[in-house]
Amino acid sequence: MFAYVVRRLIYAVPILIGVNLLTFLLFFVVNSPDDMARMHLGARHASAEGIERWKVERGYDKPTFWNAEADGAGRLTDTIFFDKSLRMFAFDFGSADDGRDIGREIRDRMGPSLAIAVPTFILGLFAAVSFALLLVFFRATYLDFWGVVACVAMMSISSLFYIIGGQWLVSKIWALVPISGYAPGLDAARFLVLPVLISVIAGVGSSVRWYRTIFLEEISRDYVRTARAKGLSELVVLFRHVLKNAMIPILTGVVVVIPMLFMGSLLVESFFGVPGLGSYTIDAISAQDFAVVRAMVFIGSVLYIVGLILTDLSYTLVDPRVRLE
Amino acid sequence: MIRRLGTFLLVAFLTACGGAWNDPYPAAERGRNILYTAFTERPKHLDPVQSYSEDEAVFLYQIVEPPLEYHYLRRPYQLRSGSAELPTVRRYDAEGRLLADDAPAERVATSVYEIRVLPGILYQPHPAFARRPDGSPRYLDLRPADLAAVRGVGDFAETGTRELEAADFVYQIKRLAHPRLHSPIFELIAEYLPGLKALQTQLAEAAKQEPGWLDLTRFELPGVEVVDRHTYRITLQGSYPQFIYWLTMPFFSPVPPEADRFFGQPGMAERNLTLDWWPVGTGPYMLVENNPNARMVLARNPHYRGDAYPCDGEPGDAEAGLLADCGKALPFIERVVFTREREGIPYWNKFLQGYYDASGVSSDNFDQAVSLTSQGEVTLSDDMTERGIRLLTSVSPSIFYLGFNMLDPLVGGDTAEGKEKARKLRQAISIALDMEEFVSIFLNGRGVTAMHPIPPGLFGAREGEAGINPVVYEWRDGRPARRGKDVARRLLAEAGWPNGRNAQTGEALIINLDTTPGGLGDKARSDWLAKQFRDLGVQFVVRATDWNRFQEKMRTGNAQLFFMGWNADYPDPENLLFLLHGAQGKVKYSGQNAANYHNDEYDRLFEQMKTMPDGPARQAIIDRMVAILQHDAPWAFGFHPKAYSLQHGWVYNRKPGVIVRGTLKYQRVDVAAREAARAAWNRPVLWPIAVVLALLAAMVAPAVAHWRRHERATAAEVQR
Repeated sequence: MFAYVVRRLIYAVPILIGVNLLTFLLFFVVNSPDDMARMHLGARHASAEGIERWKVERGYDKPTFWNAEADGAGRLTDTIFFDKSLRMFAFDFGSADDGRDIGREIRDRMGPSLAIAVPTFILGLFAAVSFALLLVFFRATYLDFWGVVACVAMMSISSLFYIIGGQWLVSKIWALVPISGYAPGLDAARFLVLPVLISVIAGVGSSVRWYRTIFLEEISRDYVRTARAKGLSELVVLFRHVLKNAMIPILTGVVVVIPMLFMGSLLVESFFGVPGLGSYTIDAISAQDFAVVRAMVFIGSVLYIVGLILTDLSYTLVDPRVRLE
Repeated sequence: MIRRLGTFLLVAFLTACGGAWNDPYPAAERGRNILYTAFTERPKHLDPVQSYSEDEAVFLYQIVEPPLEYHYLRRPYQLRSGSAELPTVRRYDAEGRLLADDAPAERVATSVYEIRVLPGILYQPHPAFARRPDGSPRYLDLRPADLAAVRGVGDFAETGTRELEAADFVYQIKRLAHPRLHSPIFELIAEYLPGLKALQTQLAEAAKQEPGWLDLTRFELPGVEVVDRHTYRITLQGSYPQFIYWLTMPFFSPVPPEADRFFGQPGMAERNLTLDWWPVGTGPYMLVENNPNARMVLARNPHYRGDAYPCDGEPGDAEAGLLADCGKALPFIERVVFTREREGIPYWNKFLQGYYDASGVSSDNFDQAVSLTSQGEVTLSDDMTERGIRLLTSVSPSIFYLGFNMLDPLVGGDTAEGKEKARKLRQAISIALDMEEFVSIFLNGRGVTAMHPIPPGLFGAREGEAGINPVVYEWRDGRPARRGKDVARRLLAEAGWPNGRNAQTGEALIINLDTTPGGLGDKARSDWLAKQFRDLGVQFVVRATDWNRFQEKMRTGNAQLFFMGWNADYPDPENLLFLLHGAQGKVKYSGQNAANYHNDEYDRLFEQMKTMPDGPARQAIIDRMVAILQHDAPWAFGFHPKAYSLQHGWVYNRKPGVIVRGTLKYQRVDVAAREAARAAWNRPVLWPIAVVLALLAAMVAPAVAHWRRHERATAAEVQR
């Protein structure tokens, strides 16, 4: 397994370089260093000399990929691409255009993002699996039918509706929790109740339907009949045997998103005023802050790859037949 | 375990909620003299040498004190002493002879501003001023270990202060040339203070040798000198009367070298301990919490000099209660809490709940907040009135316009005859674009249609019949009335495009609007524009590009018709009329004249007008300049936006006026009234919790019953 993980990590390096290159190219196609300088200096009094000075100061005056005037390795390393992108492999993200340390900003924002994402993930998963198993338990009854109808209705509604409706009803009309905001420590709980609740409700419809399909496929297997024949109660059959055997497809969808929880949620964070990572990327795109955009894309790519590796590893835990070689 | 956790969470929740359950603020703040407000965009720079946007001004103007400020209540805007007295200005000719005040600008070789700093002003408490018993700085030559636990300036145990000196102002002016700071006004000021460019070259060289903090006191800046401890002198090249307005901005506020040196130490920048993050000043407030992602907090500066609330203003101020605090020491509020709200809906709802003391009025909540009377007057809606909310409106010193690129052969003309035809075409379009309708539909009436570049309320803008644009309007029944489409069609025919077709070839007239997505080119607005052009028989095409490409088009002169705006830096017509000065041509000189308009007479009059004091002679020149613009129509003058602001009844002394930015020290809050209103408006409604629980029970009950039946059933029954 160790060799497998090492091999996957080595495979990740060219993928990450490719992602970096693509981000770099896409960003520079629409946003030249001159544009960045103008955005930073403001359109009012930015002169050609001022723009040039800004580029020199930030290292954007170098050649993009190949520095013919440099010697040796400097031809490759004394370039914008190397300077701005490749050093991220050492998790050195540098500074944002406003001079602030990106690494520090990410560390500060990670907490609030996780404070919403982790409970949402756990509660959402628990609720979705439980409801799906119950629907399977009540399969072919009116409870199953109306449960599926409710799921379809819930997944058809935009998450924005849940957010705005939830804020209006719970915070404004019923005055039960703050509409938006965030506080560190335990005080964060009262700010998190509503966004977590809304996020769970907004996501549960589609998840329940997906898990229900998986469980229905499992429930017709022979081992289920055997378990029933042994006299086990239906709940034990479902929650102990069916759930365990349905773990492979569940893990495929679930484990891969665990590392991505760090990236936060743009919509929820924006509406609930949570200072997380979700809004950091969008703020950076609006401000044409390439340093932050490339850092967030890089972290997203790394986390996604880590998620995929973890998914593979998790298969071996739930299915002894799976061997990673 | 789960029960224990639930109990803990419930107790924690209820403890935190002590008062209203939905109160977003800590219980410790309840009943305190705090102003609560919100911000939508995070401030990018708080270093006074870099900061240049409204999002930042709302913080920075409360912290630093420029030499001058605007009178809070008087209109038109009037300068008054800030941290320094109003300067004495002496002008000299090339031979060094003192000139009279009314000497023509071309004779002025140098203008000398002598500025006397008010004595006894102290800086806010700050670790940069902390001293050891031997008098040496307490926090200098810090090691990385000393900073390990530091996250903000409040984490330093000791602070100190000292008196404001003239040298601090000079230090800040030198910082304009700092090569690492990229001050946005460097180029502009260097035009009049040529020593600044030489200083920048020196500093750039020095910065290469010394990667850390640069001691600017080692460098001389020709043209700026300290006269004595409380006086400094600035010598400008030529005459630049508008320079006095720049003295109201943070670019010229004092910066103590100790603070610059303190933040220049290794390890500080990595912790966001910089002047850009923690500005140091003598103003009424100091920044005590800086988390631009969530919350910024200003606290009263205990060393503030405490200037007095003004006792006079403009007519109507006394009736509005704005003079009730006459003579009282400022500031009134102890702390100001700014919370970041990215979205308008939570912002608006929290204002209605009493958790923000003031709010703007966006299009989304306009109908809820404001209603129009049958006479077209704007009033508060009944709901707002019942809550004691008050509406403040003011016309912003800004203009939004549709500019014609005068380098474009179609709308600018390339021959003498072509230019004349193009002028008529521009006039026709100016008439056809019904800006009253635009303001009504897209701005909910929050704007005043523009007759020329100068917004109402600024010197040079005339009112009544004398103030209308006679090309586009006529004076009818005591009010301006837009000329009819028939006039526009006639002008279009005279321009060689009868009914929107070329008189010779029959080719259709196509006008292209260059815009950015979300700007004027969005669907509803471009449909409206297309309809306006269609009425003339003209085809209209939107060429939407991203902001960078749009700017490139403007720089290279490849646009035809474009939508732009300008906020005045200061209340002088020069700051608006220069937008059409030939020397500001965008393509030729990279200036701000995006229309690339050039008119010799206008340019000459502009040079004359810009150095004149306000008075009848200056007004006459402005009138002529305005008439030239109205005749040439390089812009279809759009509108001056109107700012709408709402405040709760417990907030006092708020007066709108975009130019005056250091306003928080004047405001006062009736905390008891706010607490009472919040309690009344935010009583938790508990029955929905019971209903939700009952609904859940109702859903679970048949499931449980079904499960029991299922468990008790025989296999044969289950199969059935």
